[in-house]
Formats: sequence, C-alpha cells, structure tokens
Amino acid sequence: MIVSIAFLLGQTLMYASPLIFTSLGGTVSENSGVVNIGLEGMMVVGAFTAAAVGYFSGNAWVGLFAAGVAAGCFGLLHAVACVTFNADHVVSGIAINFLGPGISYFVSRLLFDGATQTRSLGLDNKIPRPLNGVFASNSVPDLLLNRYATAYLAVVAVAAVWFVLYRTRLGLRIRAVGEHPEAADTLGVDVKLVRYVSVVASGFFAGLGGGTLSIAIISQFRPGLISGQGFIALAAVIFGKWRPQGAFAACLLFGFAQALVVFLGLRTDALPTQIMSMLPYALTLVVLVGFVGRSAAPRAIGRPFGAGETT
Amino acid sequence: MNDRELPVTGPAATASTTPWLLRTPAFFAAVSVAVGVIVGGVVLLVAGFNPILAYGEILAGVFSSPRNVAAAIVRSTPIIITGLSVTFAFRTGLFNIGAEGQFIVGSLVAALLGFAVNLPAILHVPLILASAFVAGAAWGGFAGLLKARFGVHEVISTIMLNWIAFYLSNFMIGLSWVQRPQSEASHKIADTARIDILGAWKLSEQGLAWRAANSGSFFAEVLRADVNWGIVIALLLATAVWYILNRTTLGYELRAVGHNRDAAEYSGINVRRCTTLSMAIAGAIAALSGAIQVMGRTQDITKLAIMEGNGFDGIAVSLIGNNTAFGNVFSGLLFGSLVHGGSRLQVRLGAPSEIIAIVIGTIIFFIAIPNLMRVIAALYRRRATRSTAGGSSK
Repeated sequence: MIVSIAFLLGQTLMYASPLIFTSLGGTVSENSGVVNIGLEGMMVVGAFTAAAVGYFSGNAWVGLFAAGVAAGCFGLLHAVACVTFNADHVVSGIAINFLGPGISYFVSRLLFDGATQTRSLGLDNKIPRPLNGVFASNSVPDLLLNRYATAYLAVVAVAAVWFVLYRTRLGLRIRAVGEHPEAADTLGVDVKLVRYVSVVASGFFAGLGGGTLSIAIISQFRPGLISGQGFIALAAVIFGKWRPQGAFAACLLFGFAQALVVFLGLRTDALPTQIMSMLPYALTLVVLVGFVGRSAAPRAIGRPFGAGETT
Repeated sequence: MNDRELPVTGPAATASTTPWLLRTPAFFAAVSVAVGVIVGGVVLLVAGFNPILAYGEILAGVFSSPRNVAAAIVRSTPIIITGLSVTFAFRTGLFNIGAEGQFIVGSLVAALLGFAVNLPAILHVPLILASAFVAGAAWGGFAGLLKARFGVHEVISTIMLNWIAFYLSNFMIGLSWVQRPQSEASHKIADTARIDILGAWKLSEQGLAWRAANSGSFFAEVLRADVNWGIVIALLLATAVWYILNRTTLGYELRAVGHNRDAAEYSGINVRRCTTLSMAIAGAIAALSGAIQVMGRTQDITKLAIMEGNGFDGIAVSLIGNNTAFGNVFSGLLFGSLVHGGSRLQVRLGAPSEIIAIVIGTIIFFIAIPNLMRVIAALYRRRATRSTAGGSSK
C-alpha cells in the first residue's frame, strides 16, 4: 500500500515537471498582461531542440539550455507581434502553434534523414537522476525521490519565480504592467520592455518544459510527444489563479491524474483509462465555474499597450 | 483571461489618405499570404532546396490531374466547415478554439447512428446530420453558457472540452458494441448513411470494369479521389452563415455583440443569450463537419492518438478568410490545396512537407498584426509625399 502511494507520488512529480516549467512561463507572461496561447508550440520547439542538441552534443544540460533559448526566440516573436505591433495575442499565439511544430519537424527531417523523430539519447546522456542508487531499488524513498534532476529543478523554479514576482522590483513591475500599464507608464516603468522580458522568459520556461519531456522523461523527440501539454499548462495557470504556487499545485494535480492513469492501467482494466484521462479537464471546468473569481486575472490581460496611441 | 474582449482582427481603419486598395480586407489577406509564401521560400532556400521547384511541385500536386483537383477539394471540405464555425463565433467576439472537440463529437454521433440505425438513405442521412447538429450545438453551447453565466473564458473552456471530447470518443470506440473486431475503430457505417459519390459502385465489380475500360477519362480520374457531397454542403453552409450574419435580426444582434458588447447590452440586446446561441451554432457547424467527414470519407472513427487538427486548421482558415463566410471557402481551398500538394514534396524533392505549416503559421502571424497595414500605409504615404515634394523634376 505504502509502496503504491510512493510510486504514485513519485510518478506525479515526474509527469508534473514539464507542466510546471511551462505553466511558470505562462504565469510570468500573463502577469505582464500578455496572453500566451503559444505555449504549446513553444514546448514542441523546446522538446525538439533539447533532443537534437542533446543528441549531437552528448550533453543533456546543453540540450536543455538550448531548448530554453530556442523557445525563447519564439517568445521573442510573440513579443514583437503583441508588444510592438499590438497584435491580437490569441491569434499570434495560434500562429506560434503552427510555426513551432512546423519548424521543429522541418529541421528534424533535415537532421535525422527525413524522420520527424530524433534518434534516442543513450541512457547515460539523458538528464541524470541525482539520487539514483542512494536508496534500495523500489524502496519507498527510492520510488518517491529517485527522480530526474529536472523534477527538482522545476520545484526550485517555482520558488524562484515566486520570489521574483513578489519580492523584487522586476516582479512588481511585471505585475504592474499587467494590472495597469498606463499607471506603470506614468511612474516611469518601460511597459514594453517589461513585457518583452516576460514573454521571452515565458518562452524560455516553455522550452525547458518541452525539453524535460523529451530528454528526461523519455529520450527522444517524436510527433505527438507534446500533444496538448502546453494547453494543459495554460489551464494550470488559470486554475492556479495566475500565481506560481497556484499553478504548481494545479500541475501536481494534473500530474497526479496522469500518474493514476498509468498506475491503474498497470493493474486493472475495470476502470477505463479514457475516463480517468478526462478527469483533469472536467475538474478544471468545475473549478473555473465554482472557484475562480472573475477578478483573479491581471486586469490588463490581452490588452495592447501603446504609449500615445488609442487602441 | 476570464473577462477580456477579443478585438476583431482585420485591417484597422486607417487614415482616409490611405489608398482604397490597401484598406480592403482581401488585399490584406493577399499580402499576408504572399508574405507567407515568400518566407516559406526563404526557409526552403536556406535548407538547400529550390523554392521555385518546390512550389512548382505543390502546384502540380494540385492541378496536374482531375483526380488531384478533386482530392484537394476533398481535403479542403472539413476545414472550410470548421472555418465557418470559427467565423460564426468570431463575429460575436468569441474565439471558438473548440471546433476540434465539436468536430470529434459530430463524427462520433455520425459513426454511432451510421451503423446502429437502420433506415432508408433518404431518412438516414438527414437524421445523422440533424443529430450531429444538435449534439454539436449542445457541446458548443455549453461553452457559451459557461461564458454567459459564469464568465469562464471560452478559449479555456473549449480547450478543456476538446480533450473531454477526445477521450469520450476513444472511450466509446472501446465499447464492445461499437468496436469493430480486430481493429481500433468503430463499425463501418451503413451504405444508407454514406454521402460519397458512387463510393460503393466504384469498388463493385461493375464499377471497376467501367473504370478500367474508361481509365484516363475525366470522370474515372475524379472517381479515384474520395469524392463526396461534402463540398456541396460546405457551400450551402457558407451561404447560410453569410445569410444569418448579414441578413437576419439575429445576425445583426450577434455582430453587434461582437462589435461592442456594452453598446449592444445598452441597446437592449440580450448579450448572454447571444453568447450562448453563437457558440451553440458554431458548435453545430463544426459537428456537421465531423459528421460529413465520416459519412463522406472515413466511414468509421478510429481511436485517436493525437488530435487530428481539423478544428485547429479551421481557426487558420477562418483567420485567413478574414472571418467572412465566403472568405472561408477560398482560404479553405487554399489551405487544403497546400496540404494536398505539399504531401508530394517529401516524395519528389525530399523536402519536408512541414513547410506548409511554416507557410500557414507565417500567414497567420502577419494576419495577427493588423497594424502591419498601417505601417505599410505610412511608408506609402511617406513615399507619396516625397515624390510630390520632388515632383517637379519628374
């Protein structure tokens, strides 16, 4: 029984980690007032870049960092459209969701002999598990804590984003431009710059999330790897009321649901896994209806800001 | 994200000095498409392929034979209709990301009623279409209701409903009375539920003999594609959407809500009702697309590993078509043709067919920037003033 619980919780953390990174990205971007529905496409870019760079460099950490940078470039693209050109945030995000996967598969076919999946990283070249071998195999602490380094990194990132958002000047500015850009502007905050930084950061985080999937949880990039995780991360942002700690909790819940599907799938056919898989989404709807107040969102979200322009 | 308004995209009203042509939506769309094609060409060039050759292949892939033209139209049909769905909601200021899920619901209903019900074709086909319509209206209307009653943003709720539809469909296919033995698909629908053109005949002994005898003839060529009546229904739907939006009181109210929610409310329009109704109709249209795909083409539904993208592509189609009913027909045909023709790139040139996604993404990216036109117009003005300033020399 205890072993089962440990297994479940350990798997929860593993499945949640890509979502955590990505939802942190969403949290930062949305707090600055820019809707980022392109998280999905950015995750695909990250997943591919991590796998490709990891494969060619032989170093997973280089791959993971490259994933963040590559997806950050797509964040920059989103920022150019939304911040500089006052584009519709959702439409630009949809464009990213076509461009990201399109470019990833395109480059993949060029680099990997026409295949849309990358070659696997060797087990030793994946993101390492720092606590591997510390505990007896399949013991409770082993099941619980023997996780890929990115899972721990994700938890650290939550704390870091929380600290930046609520304990630093930059964070105050991010929230200010998301809440009332005109007021922030009068106080001398460079609204556009702050939004640029936030959106590029959100791309970086989404890239880490994608990379976590491709080179920690599995060992390659393939089509369908992301399939909707970016959207789930977006839901987690809203579920968590636009706060990093809230998004973290929502991601753990989604991760738990995924772990439960795997857990039950291994043991019984009685409960259809499809119904289980449906739960997080249904739950999100319920929560949106019942608990998330209308006032939770940053006030200026989705609204373009142009100094001196009337838009 | 709960409470915000989506600005209607399209070229923003520019100064009256802007030339008339630059202000038309069609021109704006055409410029975006051109930019997309150019960017796609540059990407191909950088990757070491000849873009002229590549676009030539795509064109040949569409226009080289009646069969290819027919196949491109068949490929376009579902996304024209999901595009209409997105357009309908968009004109009420709602973003229907949920076309994907509504499509799945429609195909599920079509598959179930297609094999489980025994009726003559004259009743069977309308029954399925009506049922898919109702189911889609409920699915989409639910998102509308959540928005109207609880302020849940439709982008989020429809994303959730997409996944619920996805797993619901996979779950239903797994049921013993639905699943076709030794397959990951449902039973095939009855012949009376099919809307493909001569689909049964062309594979019969008689049909095969006729096609062999007349091979190469126009009609035999067209029959090699999965031709069906879907495109006719798509055109009828486009007309209906145009009519409802532009020629009825309901359409006027819906557009008023889309244009300015507060003003509409103030003038006595029931905004909540409009929101729910608009999403319901949008859902119904997308579900019809799913039903038509099953009845006209696939004849069953398969367990999905990933989303097929018919709804998401519909968003692109709607945006490129400037969110107008007949714009969707053109952009849907463009999108479908690109995808159909693009599938040849891999085989003929070894060039990744994903270039199509890059082209489409670029087009949408530029469509997202209505200010682009303003920038171009400003450049044009500047040049115009410069040429009049130095006009005496010319």
